Amino acid sequence: MKKKKQLRSQRSIDITGFTFIAPWLIGFLGFIVGPMIASLYFSFTNYDLLSAPSWIGFENYITMFTEDARFIQALKVTFIFVFGSVPLKLAFALFVAMLFNTRRKGVGLYRTLYYVPSILGGSVAVAVVWRELFGREGALNDVLAIFGIEGTSWVTSPDFALSTLILLVVWQFGSPMLIFLAGLKAIPNELYEAAAVDGASPFLQFIKITLPMLSPVIFFNLVMQTIQGFMAFTQSFLITNGGPMDRTLFYAVYLYEKAFAHFDMGYASALAWILLLICALFTALIFKSAQSWVYYESEGGK
Amino acid sequence: MRNKSAQKTIIYHGAIILLGFLMIYPILWTIASSLKPEDEIFRNAASLLPSELKWGNYLQGWEGFGDLSFSTFFINSTFVTTMVVIGTIFSSTLVAFGFARVKFRFRTPLFVCMIVTLMLPQQVTLIPQYILFHNLGWVNTYLPLIVPAFIGGIPFFIFLMIQFIRGIPRELDEAAYIDGASTFGIFWRIILPLTTPALATVAIFSFYWTWDDFMTPLVYLNDTKLYTVALGLQLFSDPSSLSAWGPMFAMSVASILPQLLVFLFFQKYLVEGITAGSVKG
Repeated sequence: MKKKKQLRSQRSIDITGFTFIAPWLIGFLGFIVGPMIASLYFSFTNYDLLSAPSWIGFENYITMFTEDARFIQALKVTFIFVFGSVPLKLAFALFVAMLFNTRRKGVGLYRTLYYVPSILGGSVAVAVVWRELFGREGALNDVLAIFGIEGTSWVTSPDFALSTLILLVVWQFGSPMLIFLAGLKAIPNELYEAAAVDGASPFLQFIKITLPMLSPVIFFNLVMQTIQGFMAFTQSFLITNGGPMDRTLFYAVYLYEKAFAHFDMGYASALAWILLLICALFTALIFKSAQSWVYYESEGGK
Repeated sequence: MRNKSAQKTIIYHGAIILLGFLMIYPILWTIASSLKPEDEIFRNAASLLPSELKWGNYLQGWEGFGDLSFSTFFINSTFVTTMVVIGTIFSSTLVAFGFARVKFRFRTPLFVCMIVTLMLPQQVTLIPQYILFHNLGWVNTYLPLIVPAFIGGIPFFIFLMIQFIRGIPRELDEAAYIDGASTFGIFWRIILPLTTPALATVAIFSFYWTWDDFMTPLVYLNDTKLYTVALGLQLFSDPSSLSAWGPMFAMSVASILPQLLVFLFFQKYLVEGITAGSVKG
């Protein structure tokens, strides 16, 4: 009896395994792989959802780069948004995590308090509030008036609208902060003690110990936040609606517009594939660069 | 010496409380505005103290507009969110167990596929999925919102569960196996009960993301009677037609209240859950 069990064939193990992962496998094939192949096909067609897609070759892609100024604008806005918000968000998250990496009283409570904005993250309520706080009659201008500065309507000003949206995502730094905090707690204290004995300043300790020891966590946060940045939608759609003058036209907003306002599914599919290529390129770049700056202790150095 | 450290402590707490106040000011401001009389919201914008508490804003907001009251939106959101949470728990536990404990063929390449989808931008599959659901006749129903959760919609949760299950000693499985338990028996009686903390994290996060989600309902729901709270609030707060600011802020507060309550009661799981997937991995 026992022998029979031990000799359980690979075949029956396979069946068990596939049964367990079946929900994901069905979803993966039906909702990811299938649709991706379909969308690659649609991206070479003209398709309005009502009549059958008609093959037009590379026309969508060519139009995009040669005639579509709004596509270029959307790319530009999204790049500024990602390069502006991700480093700021991560730097702030790390700064706050270091403040909280102490045994002082009340730290648990503070940590909770600082995390609240992040759980409300993409909610419509927060978007609505942001629109009003940074409006002409908003609270920010009231505060600025105290210092004799005359504010503007930040969310509708071409010069400041994008910065206002960047500020919103930087404000939601909670998740990377918690991940940094867990990483900081894993750094052995002896390293700092030894460095202090050798007379290393706190700044030098940060550069020589904290940053290298934290690099795998920085890497993880960087990848996740970058991809999230490229996908940002709600903030721009609800707060500025892409305006003023397309200054906050996020890539995802433009894609949504093409697909669900103009029902230009072929063109929107092509847009989606360009987004995928951009995300893949950046992820690959971060992974590639990681070899030179991410330090894994278990591998005995770089 | 002692004096200096006390001074440092005061500076530390002072700075953190000041920064913390700035952090939650927008939320406090929303709550304050939801209780202010109409003309006070922008006249005294920065102030957090209403001259009188106008609870009526909440009643007026809840009534909504036309024949659409916020109770409709809340019932819709509760239904969708509950189904998604159930679906997520169902699929992520089964799949994670399969990946973490069963050594079937093609396990590694399939696992890699799952990790890659973790980084796949949602927008890439959005359009073909929409076309698929459109052809299935699912647009303007809750099916596009709910069904994906049951078939492993969010690989992040599967990944989180796998990380957790890997931390459970394999000897437990082997002991149960020798006692005659089937693979499913091991899953159901040994692993599942032990994963409760991770399950709580998954449940809470899927609650948050579904309750918050704006884009998916926006794409799939056209009939206002089917709207979730997020869409309802957006409809209510449309700047071009908005006149009732107090009630609008009252409903903003109402829309985030379930999230704040869940946070209050389950923050331990939230904080642990975020760090589990990244650092241990």
